Amino acid sequence: MTQPTHAAVEAVWRIESARLVAGLARLVGDVGTAEELAQDALVAALEQWPAEGVPANPGGWLMSTAKHRAVDQLRRRQNYQRKLEEVGRMLEQQPTGEPDLDDHVGDDLLRLVFISCHPVLPTEGRVALTLRLLGGLSTAEIARAFLVPEPTVGQRISRAKRTLRDRAVAFELPPPGELPARLASVLEVVYLIFNEGYAATAGADWTRPELCADALRLARLLQGLLPAQPEVHGLAALLEIQASRLPARTGPDGEPVLLPDQDRRRWDRLLIRRGLAALERVQALGGDFGPYALQAAIAATHARARASDDTDWARVAALYRVLIEVSPSPVAELNRAVAVGRANGPEAGLAIADALRDEPALRGYPHLPAVRGDLLARLGRTAEAAAEFERAAALTGNARERAVFLARADAAAG
Amino acid sequence: MRYLMLLRADQPPTPPPPDLMEAIMTLGEEASRAGALLDTQGLAPSAAGGVRVDLTGGQLSVTDGPFTEAKEIISYAVYEVRSKEEAVEWASRFLALHRDRWPGWEGDTEIRRVFGPEDFGPPPA
Repeated sequence: MTQPTHAAVEAVWRIESARLVAGLARLVGDVGTAEELAQDALVAALEQWPAEGVPANPGGWLMSTAKHRAVDQLRRRQNYQRKLEEVGRMLEQQPTGEPDLDDHVGDDLLRLVFISCHPVLPTEGRVALTLRLLGGLSTAEIARAFLVPEPTVGQRISRAKRTLRDRAVAFELPPPGELPARLASVLEVVYLIFNEGYAATAGADWTRPELCADALRLARLLQGLLPAQPEVHGLAALLEIQASRLPARTGPDGEPVLLPDQDRRRWDRLLIRRGLAALERVQALGGDFGPYALQAAIAATHARARASDDTDWARVAALYRVLIEVSPSPVAELNRAVAVGRANGPEAGLAIADALRDEPALRGYPHLPAVRGDLLARLGRTAEAAAEFERAAALTGNARERAVFLARADAAAG
Repeated sequence: MRYLMLLRADQPPTPPPPDLMEAIMTLGEEASRAGALLDTQGLAPSAAGGVRVDLTGGQLSVTDGPFTEAKEIISYAVYEVRSKEEAVEWASRFLALHRDRWPGWEGDTEIRRVFGPEDFGPPPA
């Protein structure tokens, strides 16, 4: 048999690490310590497996190695006597060294999810910890994904672990009363990770598909852990369908291609199918559509249209109306203006967009003048349309987008 | 990175052991729940409705199964993983299930990367 390379050991690690850290955290009661023990086990694996081969049960091997490290560590610290006994007892109960964690795996992973996304942590700490502990990414990989220096990510992670320790955050599931807010925090973290890959706020590339894939993987993991939560499936559906557009979302020169102009033949049918299936699960759970599920339903309406002109705009407009009821947002209202402009004509759309002109949250938002410009142009009010596109061009920070707006300003004035 | 895995096998003439089927389902569920396995299905034998459409020398021809290869393609799987090694690890686990539960079973998994968005972007600056 061929001996595993470092990359092969790391691949096993990616598959096993979340469960490993979760199981250890339950044992030692602290995520930071658990993560360090897990890293020790990884180091041991990197030393031994290339010479000895991957053990038959790599997850069990990593767990018992980490546990033995835990005992060693605790032995050296007298004040942890009580914990030592606890760990000792656990080891005695599993003399084979193959811990039977199956009964706990789901619960432990779920605890790890909620702790990594705990509200006591700043957003960037939640994001880094989630990718590290649940995504199994190394600090270097996270740094590359977010285009920040590796030490910065290292600091975010160690600060987050310290905060959890200092604030004595227990390795427990949130009490039922806190579940909705805590779940919202978890979903937000996954959504943020996805969006950073989908419309990168930094760097030369418009999208970073690998980060989208990491977020998708987390969303799918959550579906297995929280199968009864409709918004979990809603988020997964949204991300699957949005990710399906990635192959069409960038032009040959790296420029953004927005939804109406995308070559829909390049959409990823497998991801669309998975997204629609996730949306069906929301329905099957009683059809309690939260903000993510509603956005997924809108994305699904686009996914079902073979061409932009075939879009069921009335349905999109109606879904935006519900979304705004559930989760008011001026950006969603602006999107509704676009949909109404398609469904009921530019005049109706413009009335909605005009009402947003004094909205403080949209001050400086280039898409407000861009949407108005489009509606005005369709009404034949060309001078006003050109002025709006020029405003949009002045407001955007994205050079590629600016070029698009300026071209439309020219076309309207022409 | 997305990978297509094609499993080819030379199966013993006995029915597959039930515990193998159970182990395959368990591993499949684990890989799905990990977000890595996107799609998988078993394939009917080439003798049961397999057809090959061929274009050679400008001639289209259609041939019904069975095909005469020693090993038949018996299933496919689509994985989304971060590295080739991770794909290899999942495939190795799958084959190890067969080794441990069905004596005489021989097969291989061909692992091929599927082109993705990263292949269609602009060349790196």
